[in-house]
Amino acid sequence: MNAPFDRRHTQAGPSRRDVIVTATAAGGALLVGCSPTNLMALGAEGEVGAFGPFVKIAPDGAVSVVCKHIEFGQGNHAGLAAIVAEELDADWTRVGWEHAPANAKLYANGALGAQLTGGSSAINNSWDQLRKAGAGARAMFVQAAAARWDVAVGEITVENGVVSHAASGRSADFRELLPDAAKITPPTEPTLKDPARFTLIGTDRVRRKDSRAKSTGQTRFTMDVQAEDLLVAMVAHPPRFGAKVASFDATAAKAVPGVVEVYEIPTGVAVVADNTWAAKQGRDALTVTWNEDAAETRSSADILTRFQGLTDGSAALAEGEEWQAFESRGDAAAQMQVGGQGETLEIGYDFPYLAHATMEPMNCVAQVSGNQARLTFASQGPTLDQLNVAKVVLNLPGSVEIETLPAGGSFGRRANFQSDFVVECVEIAKKVGKNRPVKLVWTREDDMSAGYFRPLVHHRVKVVTDAQGYPSAWTHRIVTQSIMKGAPFGGGGVDETAVEGAKGSPYLAATPHVDAQLLTPDIGVPVLWWRSVGATHTAYVMEHTIDQLARKAGQDPVEYRRALYRKADAKRHLAVLDLAVEKSGWAEPAPEGWTRGVAVHECFGSVVAQVAEVKMENGEPKVGRVVTAIDCGTAISPNQIAAQMEGGTCYGLSAALYGEVTLTEGRVDQTNFDTYRVLRHNEAPTVETYIVAQPAGAHPTGVGEPGTPVIGPAVANALLALTGEAITAQPFVKTSA
Amino acid sequence: MAATLDVNGKPLAVQAAEDTPLLWVLRDELGLTGTKYGCGIAQCGACTVLADGAPIRSCLTPIAAVAGAKITTIEGLEGRHRLQESWVKLDVPQCGYCQSGQIMSAAALLAQSPQPTDAEIDAAMSGNICRCGAYQRIHAAIKDAAGQTPAADTQTQA
Repeated sequence: MNAPFDRRHTQAGPSRRDVIVTATAAGGALLVGCSPTNLMALGAEGEVGAFGPFVKIAPDGAVSVVCKHIEFGQGNHAGLAAIVAEELDADWTRVGWEHAPANAKLYANGALGAQLTGGSSAINNSWDQLRKAGAGARAMFVQAAAARWDVAVGEITVENGVVSHAASGRSADFRELLPDAAKITPPTEPTLKDPARFTLIGTDRVRRKDSRAKSTGQTRFTMDVQAEDLLVAMVAHPPRFGAKVASFDATAAKAVPGVVEVYEIPTGVAVVADNTWAAKQGRDALTVTWNEDAAETRSSADILTRFQGLTDGSAALAEGEEWQAFESRGDAAAQMQVGGQGETLEIGYDFPYLAHATMEPMNCVAQVSGNQARLTFASQGPTLDQLNVAKVVLNLPGSVEIETLPAGGSFGRRANFQSDFVVECVEIAKKVGKNRPVKLVWTREDDMSAGYFRPLVHHRVKVVTDAQGYPSAWTHRIVTQSIMKGAPFGGGGVDETAVEGAKGSPYLAATPHVDAQLLTPDIGVPVLWWRSVGATHTAYVMEHTIDQLARKAGQDPVEYRRALYRKADAKRHLAVLDLAVEKSGWAEPAPEGWTRGVAVHECFGSVVAQVAEVKMENGEPKVGRVVTAIDCGTAISPNQIAAQMEGGTCYGLSAALYGEVTLTEGRVDQTNFDTYRVLRHNEAPTVETYIVAQPAGAHPTGVGEPGTPVIGPAVANALLALTGEAITAQPFVKTSA
Repeated sequence: MAATLDVNGKPLAVQAAEDTPLLWVLRDELGLTGTKYGCGIAQCGACTVLADGAPIRSCLTPIAAVAGAKITTIEGLEGRHRLQESWVKLDVPQCGYCQSGQIMSAAALLAQSPQPTDAEIDAAMSGNICRCGAYQRIHAAIKDAAGQTPAADTQTQA
């Protein structure tokens, strides 16, 4: 997902007041972290919560890094822990991690202003904060050792968790020095390591810490939460968005062995049972009559037809709808009238609704007693979840306790302004009461038809070129539902999540006359960010359009891009393109039977270039080798950056080739993986990842999302080279629902 | 009606009705939560366990159908299967939710075909969905466990 708040701060990181290093001791452990304000005068020893610890050093010397961001596959825990371990000079093999509790003040995302994981910002916004926390802790051990040995601080060294004084031959590990170190007041602005002296960051040693647990079935997901008195709930949801319960008959449901109670809640009818299977059988036995007076009843095909009409002039604007300019330069309309000295390209592109389809369907465990709520689940946005739950239990957001568990995928789904499935669980737990834990389980069908889709999007682009074949005027129209409309934060103006990637494109920067506008009609389908957000469609439109223009100009698509990047002074784009071109062997013919396509896109502060090798097999595109080059600032874990390029490529390819949610008269047609086709093992490409070398200390940028949007256009561009035909709609392969 | 299931080498009495899917008996009654629910219709493979060594989708298998069969779940590998070593070595998991099912499908493959070809791996593993897209490392880890050098390693350049 993307930054839902003030996006101007995306690159800014935490403000200075967030990174004052403080420390305390609790249960014999040393806790070092950062205060939201100057809390140097701490409360009673052992009181955790006065500040946000980021490093816990146990009495046995083991280090645990407190991660304010959720782990849902992206491997951020490894990178976050490595930042601390580097500055602390800890023994990496004795460094673990844990999720931070929900606390908007102490564990806010410096880029988003709330405790929230998104916008590929976990490492980016934690970089300064965790370096200082690690360096602060290190300084405490150094001072403790210097005092104990009566030597100068400057003569102390730390390596692999061992503090040494070379001249006297003395050394001690964190465990031995811990009691003394805990009495030291940490420097508020500790001296950071010279990045040129990093020994852990950027090496292959920075690996995931959870691979063994996840390879042995031991990781505890929300689905796996068990308790003696736990109840399992399933909910009958309306078949159309916006419908409400009119009446229901629970007789048959209550007759199912194991079913405990049936409740009407705002989102439907909930069946509560002793176990999951009883809850499902009970839910399936319900008879519910729905009031569909306010329901969305349009078909996705009709919505798309109207979107297309809005850009070709055949459909009229409805009341309240207006075009919003997101990039304007020169006089594109006049240029279009005159015509360029070169070619004209006019083309529309269509993108369907997409489900996130995480492997672990949405779920939550909540217990409510009076106005106290405690939740145990994979909270991607604890601050949002606290706010929304507080409204249900009539209490302050800070009173809502959340224990965050790892998630079986999210891709944006678990962070939304309504906390939809979380609130649903709390509504049921409130009915049950007595602090009894209730686990809400959504089936795959519930998950897939619940909405919060990547919006349906239509683009129309018209470009006229100059005598050399480069764009001289570019008009661009985007029609899509707004993700940010109705958001409790930010809002107003152009929805940046709908235009990012078109807005700010180096191709538009290289075009003298630009007229780019957005229209966001209201539709009653819940929509949400979906891994790489706006780039899921803008990267495709920009990159596939560029290849068509290069073709019209009779130029190699790589050389054509280079010329535009030079015009736009897009040095990072040039660098990733050059690296991908070199490693892919672009200058040489592709292997027999394969055709290459290239694409480049910047998002979340990183730039990715891919060269994909594609062929047609059994009437469908087959993608083989994909050479990826990324500029993501300082590379903390090359292994996990490669993992994100591999996985992100599969996620984007799955959508481009097969992904599509359709609505028939308001009903979602796809219910499970038999009708919502996703990329499988035999369809997966082989991704090679190359990281552009950076100056020491370059601020790290995102890797969770930037690998997703590039493969679609790279494949389309290969197919364009193969067939001469542009591909104007995703998915490329149709599945009948 | 009480039934007895042979799970990971132990006879275990269960209370669930005989038409209850094995998945929910394993998870809710026996507390073996390593086996995951993903789709409920045998489309994703997250619930894969072995019955007498053959991979089955426990979400659609009533316990009556596996009476007398030797059932092996991810817990039954006890973290000692060579696939699990390869999974850790190559850092295969991302979110990890599908990995129990992936490993059980791969274990059945290696038991039947210790030196699988790429095509055999594709065929055996295409019933297991990974939305994180860890397929490339899953493929490489199976080859690693089989003692083969992966055809194309992940390469990085810093």
